[in-house]
Amino acid sequence: MLALEITQLQKTYASGLIALKGIDLEVQQGDFFALLGPNGAGKSTCIGIISGLVNKSDGEIRIFNHSIDSDFLIARSKLGSVPQEFNFNTFEPVDEIIINQAGYYGVPARIARRETEHYLKLLGLWDQRHSQSRQLSGGMKRRLMIARALVHKPRLLILDEPTAGVDIELRRSMWKFLEQINEQGTTIILTTHYLEEAERMCRNVAIIDEGKIIQNSSMASLLSQLKSETFVLYLRDELEVAPRLESFYNVTRVNHRSIEVEVPEHHSINDLIRELEGQKIVVERMRNKVNRLEELFIKMTSGRATSSKSSDRESL
Amino acid sequence: MLRQFWIAYLTITRKEIKRFARIWVQTIFPPVVMVALYFVIFGNLIGQRIGEMDGMLYIDFIMPGLVMMSIITNSYANVVSSFYGAKYSRHIEEIQIAPVPNLVILLGFVTGGVARGLCVGAAVTLVSLLFADFSIHSPFVVLLVALLTSCLFSMAGLVNAIFANSFDDITIIPTFVLTPLTYLGGIFYSIKLLPEIWQQVSLGNPILYMVNSFRYGFRGISDIDLMTALIVILVFNVALFIYCLALLERGTGIRQ
Repeated sequence: MLALEITQLQKTYASGLIALKGIDLEVQQGDFFALLGPNGAGKSTCIGIISGLVNKSDGEIRIFNHSIDSDFLIARSKLGSVPQEFNFNTFEPVDEIIINQAGYYGVPARIARRETEHYLKLLGLWDQRHSQSRQLSGGMKRRLMIARALVHKPRLLILDEPTAGVDIELRRSMWKFLEQINEQGTTIILTTHYLEEAERMCRNVAIIDEGKIIQNSSMASLLSQLKSETFVLYLRDELEVAPRLESFYNVTRVNHRSIEVEVPEHHSINDLIRELEGQKIVVERMRNKVNRLEELFIKMTSGRATSSKSSDRESL
Repeated sequence: MLRQFWIAYLTITRKEIKRFARIWVQTIFPPVVMVALYFVIFGNLIGQRIGEMDGMLYIDFIMPGLVMMSIITNSYANVVSSFYGAKYSRHIEEIQIAPVPNLVILLGFVTGGVARGLCVGAAVTLVSLLFADFSIHSPFVVLLVALLTSCLFSMAGLVNAIFANSFDDITIIPTFVLTPLTYLGGIFYSIKLLPEIWQQVSLGNPILYMVNSFRYGFRGISDIDLMTALIVILVFNVALFIYCLALLERGTGIRQ
């Protein structure tokens, strides 16, 4: 069964900006799906339309086979959404925000209180339940939005950059949490600038660029398109110039103790290390220059993605 | 499904009531103090020099109008500030993404406005006991007019909030439209005192019908026929109800 079915979705804003140019997308029930794209590609518009926050210009959206137009009450009851920006009343206590959200979905107060306790404990916010939400840290606010989106037990959860601005430790604990709820049957659609996140968790991926889907496949199939990977090698001894290697290796000297080597598909890292050892160059450590999905993503979006916010190596 | 909508309605209503109750120093207390000052100044100090109005003490004449003024301004203020605040900080999206019909959203916010209007109205009425005669000619008319008027101005507040793009926009209408219409709506005088032409002009002010029908409920006197007044209030209610619902359906001001 399809959790989400988008047919020829179009959006033109009043300003004349064409955000979506006829998108088709299908997400299977139980999937962990990545919706990627550079800033301004149309991801948030797409999510806004699915969530009922943005009016579409044309096209159709079905959530678990319920149209968001003709059957919107049922369609929305199956959807949970974690937006990019904080959108709760900052003067309200944490527990009230979640209990109220359950109420909007028609969850009786007794069950709402029980579920609120469950998710606040699960997400480590129980001690803050009586605090006003403005007193929470950035990471706590993100977790609050996730708890709020889950309180009515949606079958489809859409997360728009849920880990933006949170530290790596918290990010990893959120990944684990999302993987757990996906294993329990919740279909998840994720947009993120952290491509390591998408590569690690998502089974399928679509890439939007300039309002069109330019790639829609399994993550494995997408990554198999990668023709080469670039590694950064940290050397024991100093080098004055880049070593001369087999011609299929593209070698660049980064500084006196490190080099970058682009290794083509079907060539082994072991061969590279052996060849370097043959020249008395000892590799102490190595890492991917960028992760594999990131490398593909930049190529597919013609480098536009690199213009987006980039505060650390993981971020595009 | 009806139970689901009922829970959603109760949630919005409870949230709205909690909001103004939590900040009662800003929402309930100031209008009570302000009306108490009106009673002191216009009722006791100046009122004694004015003498009688429509066969009763001036303070007894203005009392229903002052209560009505509190109901109008507070019903309006509650919805306009709450809905615009929700729009501004985007927590209106909590309701928008949920399976809540627009009718339920409208009823929830209007009930919140009515609750504050009636709450302040009741508080002001209690204060008036210290200054004016508290006889009620028709409790039914008093309650009906209070309820219909607070509904009407709650919806008016919602329209203002929907179209507002800044906090300035939610103060312009109350300051430059609502307040003048309220002061010229027969709270402090009978329109019979006005020249014929201004009496006719006054009939174009909807607040005149509310103040007079409310005064009828308390004192049994009115410049306007009661049925005419009730029909006018009802027609405005129906028209605004349809308009508000249409705005919410279109997503005006809240959906791009």
